[in-house]
Amino acid sequence: MIERTPVLDFVTHALLIVSLVALLIPFWIIFVAASHDFHTVNQVPMPLMPGGHFFENMATAWERGNFDRVMLNSIIVAGGVTIGKIVIAALSAFSIVYFRYRLRMVMFWLIFITLMLPLEVRIVPTYAVAADALRPFKAIFELFGISVGLPEWNLLNSYSGLILPLIATATGTFLYRQFFLTVPDELTEAAKMDGSGPVRFFLEVLMPLSKTNMAALATIMFVWSWNQYLWPLLVVTDQQNFATATMQLQKIVPGPVFGEPPIWNVAMAANLIVLTPPVLVTIFLQRWFVRGLISTEK
Amino acid sequence: MEKRATFSNLWLAAAFIAPQMLLIFVFFYWPSGEALYWSLTLEPPFGGSNQWVGLQNFMTVFEDPKYWNSVRVSLTFAFSATVLSLAIAALLALFVDRRLPGHQVYKFTFFLPYALAAPAVGLAFRFIFSPDAGFVSVINNAFPGLWNPALNGYDAFTLIVLAQSWKMVGYNFIFFLAALQSIPRTISEAGAMDGASVLQRMRDIQLPLITPTLFFLIVINITDSFVDSFGIVDITTSGGPARATELMVYKIYTDGFQGKDYSLAAAQSIVLMVLVIALTFIQFRFVERRVHYR
Repeated sequence: MIERTPVLDFVTHALLIVSLVALLIPFWIIFVAASHDFHTVNQVPMPLMPGGHFFENMATAWERGNFDRVMLNSIIVAGGVTIGKIVIAALSAFSIVYFRYRLRMVMFWLIFITLMLPLEVRIVPTYAVAADALRPFKAIFELFGISVGLPEWNLLNSYSGLILPLIATATGTFLYRQFFLTVPDELTEAAKMDGSGPVRFFLEVLMPLSKTNMAALATIMFVWSWNQYLWPLLVVTDQQNFATATMQLQKIVPGPVFGEPPIWNVAMAANLIVLTPPVLVTIFLQRWFVRGLISTEK
Repeated sequence: MEKRATFSNLWLAAAFIAPQMLLIFVFFYWPSGEALYWSLTLEPPFGGSNQWVGLQNFMTVFEDPKYWNSVRVSLTFAFSATVLSLAIAALLALFVDRRLPGHQVYKFTFFLPYALAAPAVGLAFRFIFSPDAGFVSVINNAFPGLWNPALNGYDAFTLIVLAQSWKMVGYNFIFFLAALQSIPRTISEAGAMDGASVLQRMRDIQLPLITPTLFFLIVINITDSFVDSFGIVDITTSGGPARATELMVYKIYTDGFQGKDYSLAAAQSIVLMVLVIALTFIQFRFVERRVHYR
């Protein structure tokens, strides 16, 4: 459209540039604070240009936050949630879309309802279940008077405890379902005519077609599970072995507001370490990330 | 929508859906049911099975002024953060959608804050807005004692609202921009032919057409401010000072895991669940009704 609006164009550019600076300035401040020594970072006003202690602070933060182990844990958890979600969601969506059985709509709604209540809202009882994941079954057996000696399966301080409850939502299932519904029926008919059963159709036709959806789902699930905070905080008491990256943020900033000033340069360096992986994923896989966001929520 | 071509091996269908159902049963339905059970019972102090107490736990919760304080804080927080981040995001999306030279840059950068974990946002904002170091402390040089989130409840509340809004602006921006781009160009062009200026077209054509997205985002933002804000509050203020930033989810956490009072925490969880479910229903009604413009 050709329209001459020089004043408005100027205002538009000005507004957008100012907003861009305002939105990105916290990143800059984190970086600058992480690059000064303890004395300089506590100056008022704080310096706005980076100093020379960046690598030193990063090394201190890395060591103090036990990031050797913690980053590995976060990668295992985020990777586990991502892969688990992609596989389990694909399987259940396939069952709901490509089979016709009486309980199908019941299953659909049972899965759908899980979208409504995020983990944080039902955190107390979920924690109790994590203390013994077989408890629901024990309670049911007890109700029917069957005595089965089920062992205790404690999920606290374990990777499964960190991963499994995060997979128990419906996000991915609906992404796949929407996509499966757009796959033409002719494809299924052709596959059946060529003698392919459901498993083969699923593995050799449907899954290759779903690659873009998987990529989108994978990026948002990775970022989402990397950023989980409350759940790891509860499930992990063995800080040495199972702490995740986001949990370390609480440890690295000293609690009491009074008393000695917090060691901001190291805290910001730790923050930089924790926020880098999800930021890199969103920048480099941006197309998938945005696509995943929009298609999982709608 | 139904598939014409389906498979008939029902055992296989069951096997495919079993892992998901098992997971949501153990980690979703059972805990949610248990929350309801706990909220209606009391655990005797010396062991034994839970005693049925009816609505007593809810009465205890509702009679507690501290609980109403957390409700008030949560609702004010949800309202302020949602309005602030939606207004900014809508404005930015409208102007980016003018597609002046360089607009692609904004698409790639505005949503970056959303990639951060809530506690990372909290930590950054705690530093930036700290009263005696960081970025904002300068104003305390000019006006001593003007800004101190550690002591002043209003300052602390402002701090968490800003942190939450900053995190959500990028997310809202993506959805607004997607909605704006799905409006056919011809509609705007027709408006221009009729002599509507750029700003008039924004107000009278583009904004009304993205209301479905707006309603959807209102619900998502409120839910997120109820839920994900835990990380921000925990790192920046720990609910203080004097409970000025004690959100509902934070109170559930402190009552349940530090106070070890599962019954009270469960009753509060049920109230929060009802609130979140109600919001979701409202969203579906709005989305159902308003989406017809396509």
